[in-house]
Amino acid sequence: MTTDQIRINSTDTIDIKTDAIGIDSANTISINAQNLKKIYRRGSEEICAVNEVSLEIKKGEYVSFIGPSGSGKTTLINILGCLDNPSSGMLSIGQKKVFGEGKPLSEKLLTKIRRELFGYIFQKFYLIPTLTVIENVLLPCIFYKKEVADIKINGNNSDVAAMQRGAALLEMLGMENRMDHLPGQLSGGEMQRVAVARALINKPEILLADEPTGNLDSARSQEIGRLLRELNRKEQLTIILVTHNPELAKSADRIVELRDGRVFV
Amino acid sequence: MISLYKVSYKNILRKKTRSALTIVGIALSAWVLASLMGFNKGYEAALNKDIDNMGFQVMLMAKGCPYEAATLMLKGGTGLRYLKESVVASILSEPEVERITPMLMQAVFDPNKGESGGISAYLGVDPATFPNMKTFLEFKQGKWFTDPQSFEVVMGYESAELEQREVGDKLLIPEKNVELTVVGVLKRTGTQDDGTIFLPINTVQKIFGKEGEITSVGIKVKKEADISKFEERLYTIPDVQVVSLAQVKQTIMNLMSTAKVMVFSIAVVAILIAMVGVINTILMSVFERFQEIGILKSMGAMPGDIFKLIWIETLILCFLGGVAGSTMAYGLSKVTEILVRKLLPYAPTGSLIQLDVKLICITLISVLIIGLISGLYPAWRAASVRPLESIRSDIN
Repeated sequence: MTTDQIRINSTDTIDIKTDAIGIDSANTISINAQNLKKIYRRGSEEICAVNEVSLEIKKGEYVSFIGPSGSGKTTLINILGCLDNPSSGMLSIGQKKVFGEGKPLSEKLLTKIRRELFGYIFQKFYLIPTLTVIENVLLPCIFYKKEVADIKINGNNSDVAAMQRGAALLEMLGMENRMDHLPGQLSGGEMQRVAVARALINKPEILLADEPTGNLDSARSQEIGRLLRELNRKEQLTIILVTHNPELAKSADRIVELRDGRVFV
Repeated sequence: MISLYKVSYKNILRKKTRSALTIVGIALSAWVLASLMGFNKGYEAALNKDIDNMGFQVMLMAKGCPYEAATLMLKGGTGLRYLKESVVASILSEPEVERITPMLMQAVFDPNKGESGGISAYLGVDPATFPNMKTFLEFKQGKWFTDPQSFEVVMGYESAELEQREVGDKLLIPEKNVELTVVGVLKRTGTQDDGTIFLPINTVQKIFGKEGEITSVGIKVKKEADISKFEERLYTIPDVQVVSLAQVKQTIMNLMSTAKVMVFSIAVVAILIAMVGVINTILMSVFERFQEIGILKSMGAMPGDIFKLIWIETLILCFLGGVAGSTMAYGLSKVTEILVRKLLPYAPTGSLIQLDVKLICITLISVLIIGLISGLYPAWRAASVRPLESIRSDIN
C-alpha cells in the first residue's frame, strides 16, 4: 500500500493512502465538517459567507447544495473541496483531519490533498481548445498519476495505462467516437462529458460539481444529471453538487439548502 | 501520450498571429546578433588576410599622413611623395631585414577605362626581389618578367579581365604612348593585387621620368627580430614614414571600433525590444488563461508544473525565433555583406561576415538564455495563481 505523507505543520502529518485515500473500508463517513466558518473582510466590514456549518457526507453519498445567490454554497464547496481554508472549524476527510489544527494549509499542501481525493467539474468546462478530447482528459496525468486499483500504473507503462483509462472513461460516457475531436467541434453537453472524464481520470474519491449544467439547455442538463446519478450508483463515487437547477438537485440522495451561510433545515 | 511540452506548444498555437509576430521579433534580434558576431570575426580575418598577402610586415615611405600610407598600401593609388632609391641599400644593412623590395606606384588617367574613363595604376617592382616576397601569387598564364629593363607587364586577374588582355597581347599606357607586352596574368587572389598592373621598376622610372625615385619599400623582417626596435632605427632615416602592418591593422581596427560599438548598441536594443515582446506575449497569454491556470491547479498541478509550462512556452518561442534568425543570418549573409560594404569607409577584400556552426550555436544559446530570463516573470505570475481566485473571477 502506497502512502503519501502530507505535513500539516511542524509536528502533525496526515497519511493519505493513495489506493484508498486514507478511508478504510469499514468507515462510511467521507466528509465530516464541524462548525465551519468563513469570514471575508471588505474594508472594516466583515462578511460571514459560511456560518457555523456542520454536516456529514457519507462515502458514496450524492448530496446537492441549493440556495439563492450569496447563500454561501460555492464558499462551502470550496472549503469542502480543499480549494480554500476556513476561518475556523474542523474538516475531516475519512478519519483524517484536514482543517482544524489552527493554522491554514499552504497552497502546495492543498494541491496535494486535492489531487489525491477530488475531481472537479465546473460550469464553464475549461477544456483547452487546442487539445483533442483525449488529450484534455489525460491533462491531469501530466501533473500527477495516481496509482488506481483497476489499472496498475507502473513505470513506463503508466502512459499506456492512463491512455487506456482515458479511452475507457470516454467510452463509458459515450464519447469514444469523439476522442480526436477538438472541443470547438463538440456540443455543450459533450464538452461537459469530457470535463467529467477529465475529473475522473485519476479516480477521485469525491466529485465536486459546481453548477455543471449552468451553461447547458434542459435536455443536456438532464443528460448530465443522469450521468452523475449513474456514476454515483455504479462507481460508488461521492458526489457534492452545487446547483440552481431544482430538477438536477432532486437527482441527489440528499438536498442541503443554504441560506445566509447557514444550513437551512 | 500528452506531455507538458505538447501542451505548451499547442498553447502557442492558440494565438497564431501574436506568436508569429513575437517569433519574428526574436528572429530579427537573432539575425542582428549573429550577423554582428559574424562581422566581428569576418572583418578581422579579412583584414589579417589582406595584410598577410602584402608579403611584408613593414613598409617605408616618404613622410606623410599614416592614413594616406595605409590607403596606399591596401587600396593602391598615387604616391604622394618620393624616396631616394639609395635608401634601399641603407635599410638592407640592418640585421633584422630578411628581404627588401623597392616599389614605384604611378597612375594615369585612361579615357578608355569604363564608361567615362578611370585611373590606371602601374606598380613598378623589382623582378629580382618582389616575386620572392609574394610567393603566394600564382599565374593563370605566363610568368614574371625577368629583365629589369624590359617593356613587359604582368597583369592582375581583374585588370586582365577588364582590359581583356592575354599573354602576348600589347598594352598601351595612355598619355605616355608606350606599348608594353603582357608576359603573365595572375590568378585571382581576392586582394588589391587583382587590379594591379606590374612592371619592372626601372621601366616605370624611365617611362614616368622618375629615375632614382621610389614610392615605397616593402621590408620582410626576420622572425626573431624585434620589430619595434627596428622601426625606431628606421625613423633615424630622414623624411621617412614607417608603417608596420600591425600599426595599419590597429589604425583600421580603431576606426572600426566606433562603428562596432554603434552596431553592438543597436543589437542590444534589438534584443531588449525582443525581450519585452516575449514578456508581453507570454504575460498576455497568462492573463488570458488566468482561470484555466487555476483549473489546472485544482486538477493537481503544482506551482512548479505551471512555472515549467509557461517557461517551456517562452523557450519554444525563443527557440523558433533563434533558429529562424540564425537561418536568416546564414542565408542572407551575402546581402548583409553588400549592405555593410556600402556603409564602411574601408572594407577588406575577403568575406566580411563569417558565420560558422559555433557562432550559430552561440546565437541560439544566447537567444535561449534571453528566453529563460524573459519567461521568469510571466512564469512566476502564472505559478502564483490560486485556483480559488480563478474560480471567484469566473463567478464575477
